[in-house]
Amino acid sequence: MRELKILAVVVALTLITYWGVEPFAHSQMHPHVAPADFTFSDVQEDIKDIKALQGDAANGETLVTSNCTACHSIEAKGFPPVMDNASSAAAYGVTPPDLSSAGKLYNADYLAAFIKNPAKASKVSHKFVEGRVHPMPAYDWLQPQEVADMVAYLKSIAPKEMTNKQVFNDACQRCHSIKYADMKGGTMAAFTPNADIKHYMGKLPPDLSQFIRSRGHEYLETFVNDPEKNLEGTAMPRVGLNEEAQKQVVSYLEEIGDSKKSQREELGPKFLIYLVIFAIFGFLWKASKWRDVH
Amino acid sequence: MAKFEKSNSVGEWLDQRLNLTTFNKVMMTEYWIPKDINFLWAMGVLLATTFGILIISGIFLMMYYKPDINLAFDSVNYTIMQEVAFGWLFRHIHGVAASVVFLVIYIHMFTGIYYGSYKQGREMIWISGMLLFMTFSAAGFSGYMLPWGQMSYWAAMVITNLFGGVPVIGDALVVWIRGDFNVADATLTRFFMLHVFLLPITIMGIIALHFYTLRIPHVNNQNSDEFDFDTEAEKYLAGNKKESKVIPFWPVFISKDLAVLGVFLIFYFYLVFFHYDFAMDPVNFDPANNMVTPAHIYPEWYFLWSYEVLRGFFFDIFGFKAFNIGLIAFAFANVIFLLLPWLDRDPKILPAHRRPVFFVWFWILMIDLIVLTVYGKLPPTGANAWVGFFAAVSFILLFVILPIVTKIDAKKRGSL
Repeated sequence: MRELKILAVVVALTLITYWGVEPFAHSQMHPHVAPADFTFSDVQEDIKDIKALQGDAANGETLVTSNCTACHSIEAKGFPPVMDNASSAAAYGVTPPDLSSAGKLYNADYLAAFIKNPAKASKVSHKFVEGRVHPMPAYDWLQPQEVADMVAYLKSIAPKEMTNKQVFNDACQRCHSIKYADMKGGTMAAFTPNADIKHYMGKLPPDLSQFIRSRGHEYLETFVNDPEKNLEGTAMPRVGLNEEAQKQVVSYLEEIGDSKKSQREELGPKFLIYLVIFAIFGFLWKASKWRDVH
Repeated sequence: MAKFEKSNSVGEWLDQRLNLTTFNKVMMTEYWIPKDINFLWAMGVLLATTFGILIISGIFLMMYYKPDINLAFDSVNYTIMQEVAFGWLFRHIHGVAASVVFLVIYIHMFTGIYYGSYKQGREMIWISGMLLFMTFSAAGFSGYMLPWGQMSYWAAMVITNLFGGVPVIGDALVVWIRGDFNVADATLTRFFMLHVFLLPITIMGIIALHFYTLRIPHVNNQNSDEFDFDTEAEKYLAGNKKESKVIPFWPVFISKDLAVLGVFLIFYFYLVFFHYDFAMDPVNFDPANNMVTPAHIYPEWYFLWSYEVLRGFFFDIFGFKAFNIGLIAFAFANVIFLLLPWLDRDPKILPAHRRPVFFVWFWILMIDLIVLTVYGKLPPTGANAWVGFFAAVSFILLFVILPIVTKIDAKKRGSL
């Protein structure tokens, strides 16, 4: 009985200290932010007129082909990149994305808002002041119907299924490397050369190899959805991934950065079962030895 | 040379040469421990086991770790964590044990303080124990630097900077410790040497000393009952096991330790597999970058209380610079426990619950240390800074009044 009381005191002090330095301290250091918003409610006002319309993919094809392919490749439709990555980065500041998968990765409302005003939709207007302009011009002079058609077209050509890696390639890798994904081959470097991306973003965007451990699920969930929420004034744009694409990105970060997770979770219970048996034998042995002395 | 007869077994052969039978008696079967103990007396064996775990896992980690600022981070987070078979397991085992070992050290230490096991002949046990606390702290700090993450780098920066406060030689001392003007490759390599060679070997030596210091004054018991160990041992050997106040280390004492160890290992391995972030700070999974200061720099949880004593003095007092006052307070915090046997003026060994004023003192100290630990992690702004200040002042005052506190108890009891 006395031992249990002492144990209770030791456990209580340990838990109070733990609570103070972990959950409590972290809640003070990293204030809670609103959960991820996959409806992109802040752009709804800008695209109200577009949303009311039915997009026509066939018409969208003409519009996209004539307006976008000067800079963007659409490999799925036979439009290869106009230049190699390094040259296009030098020309635009950052390598422009291929549009083949845009309709799958990005929320449709966000995509419409982005076409109308990229800097505003991606929440990086603060970077483009004093004569600096976003590398992609705003297409706010298009008719709402035309924007709706372009979005419909992009959705129509997007693949139905993509691997986590493909999502990462298209959504993140223009700026971010994830070198642990191919340590020897080095194929998972950012598409935009370091010097260019550093100039464009103000600093080199971090390698994402260990972000699943350094940031964790909860942070990534709100950060990828809207970087400004966790990091006010950051150079990283809001990319506009829909919920499914974001899940795939986070899963990819986990596959690469915490590649032994399943092994860890499988081995853990086995260790614990073994130790429970060890403890039972420990108590039995103790009982047998102390029977004579008490 | 002694005469050697032909032996009939390997055991006998060894016994002739090494006198193992006697050795075994002295170290194990006739090494006497008091019977009146609780599970807190098992912390020593828990610590020895955890140290063993650290050594073994550390050896495996060392096979792949590269002490070079360009290779260190990836050798840990890629090679060990993703590539090497079960490398992640050894790293988690090592990282979590390094944190949990301090929890057990603190329990061990405050058990000693509560039961008065540091004085009246037991001073050397206490001092060698505190030396172990210090060398473990140095090992913890140097080890934390090795993955070369953001927290590794900035903690090294902050802590090595502290030596700049030493009068006259401060600046030169910082450069001498770092091996460079900045925390750099030379710093990492020398801390690697400290962590894998000098400190472990020193710790092993002090552990042997710590065990030896127990032999003459013997282990204390729950009620600080004083008795003659030889008489009690004779009773035990004569078969009066129930009556005797002692038990042999092997197998009676160790059997209880192993039962406690079983429970501890369940807790420890649960942390290793399912709850390790507290010991492996997420911030340290960002590679070291001397151009980017993390938003919050804090040491591991076990250094927080002394760190808060350092940081608690955040304003100049009577013309003395806050930095210098903090540094002196920090030095005070790190040596004061060593002086505990002499600050306690009560001539009798008694558990705290039989020393009424000391009992209150003990629990105020515990609360103060927890407050210091928690506020050592919180951002030191606004009210937090003041809580830190008062907790730091309280910590110092507690030790200043300890001689008086202990004398009052002794007087009341009539021992003085």
